[in-house]
Amino acid sequence: MNKATDDIDRRLVLATQSGLPLVPRPYDELGAQLGIPAAEVMARLASMLASGVIRRIGAVPNHYAIGYTANGMSVWDVPDERIDELGARVGALDFVTHCYHRPRKLPEWPYSLFAMVHGTSREEVLAKVAQIAELLGSDCRAHDVLFSTQILKKTGLRIGA
Amino acid sequence: MREAASIDALDRAIIDRLQGDFPISECPYAEAAAALGIDEGELIARLQRLLDTRVLTRFGPMFQVERMGGSFVLAAMRVPDAEWEHVVEAVNAFPEVAHNYRRESSQNCDFNMWFVLATEKPDGIEQAVQKIEAATGLSVFPFPKLKEYFVEMKLEVRT
Repeated sequence: MNKATDDIDRRLVLATQSGLPLVPRPYDELGAQLGIPAAEVMARLASMLASGVIRRIGAVPNHYAIGYTANGMSVWDVPDERIDELGARVGALDFVTHCYHRPRKLPEWPYSLFAMVHGTSREEVLAKVAQIAELLGSDCRAHDVLFSTQILKKTGLRIGA
Repeated sequence: MREAASIDALDRAIIDRLQGDFPISECPYAEAAAALGIDEGELIARLQRLLDTRVLTRFGPMFQVERMGGSFVLAAMRVPDAEWEHVVEAVNAFPEVAHNYRRESSQNCDFNMWFVLATEKPDGIEQAVQKIEAATGLSVFPFPKLKEYFVEMKLEVRT
């Protein structure tokens, strides 16, 4: 970790990466584990939240279990000089949960724009992907949708002690 | 794909309302429970059950490892069907693999295993790629993000 997170922050990450204690006073319990006051635990978490080290605190659902059984990674080959503008527009669509520019791996992989679309059926996802295709118009040179068929692992970050 | 677990209206409200903004306060469950019109004990019991039944994969902070000096990189492999089970086991055994999905292309792309590597230091990614290649005998194709346009993984319950 860099200087933005010191050793106590790192220990706080280790203590919470698999989840918060499900007890009435979870920050007191974390403080007891780390040997620091609960107030310091709370201040450090608030500061990590403010700086973006913590994206958010709350429930992480298994999206299959809450009805999103169709999860499509749509991938697009668009011109490099247009990708930032197009990525911002695709990312702004309300059904896109993640949108990134990633490198091509030619010849196997020509796609550079990745947009994740979730839905309750493949038809719903494909209809949304068609809306992305429409938005991209002639800037889309090729695309594919890779549907997930099985979650093989979902633990999230696990740094070592 | 497995059937969705059975959840009721209160579970839905808990999941929809608590995907972020969990309080940082002395008794955060009591505070969150009050906002949902239930008591602290019930919220804690419900969260425990949602975790036990794997409706929730976790309850707590979601870390952005890049902001701690680490790396988070999507990677893909082309795994032959005959080797599938043993490759899943080998890849999942690495703690650097934060999640892993089987995916099928709508066209004829044969990248069928997609996982995310999360490491505490940037050079950990290259090491993990090499270890996975050594353990499986297959090539790993990393797709580091060059730019993030949008990320908001909050989904309303649909069941």
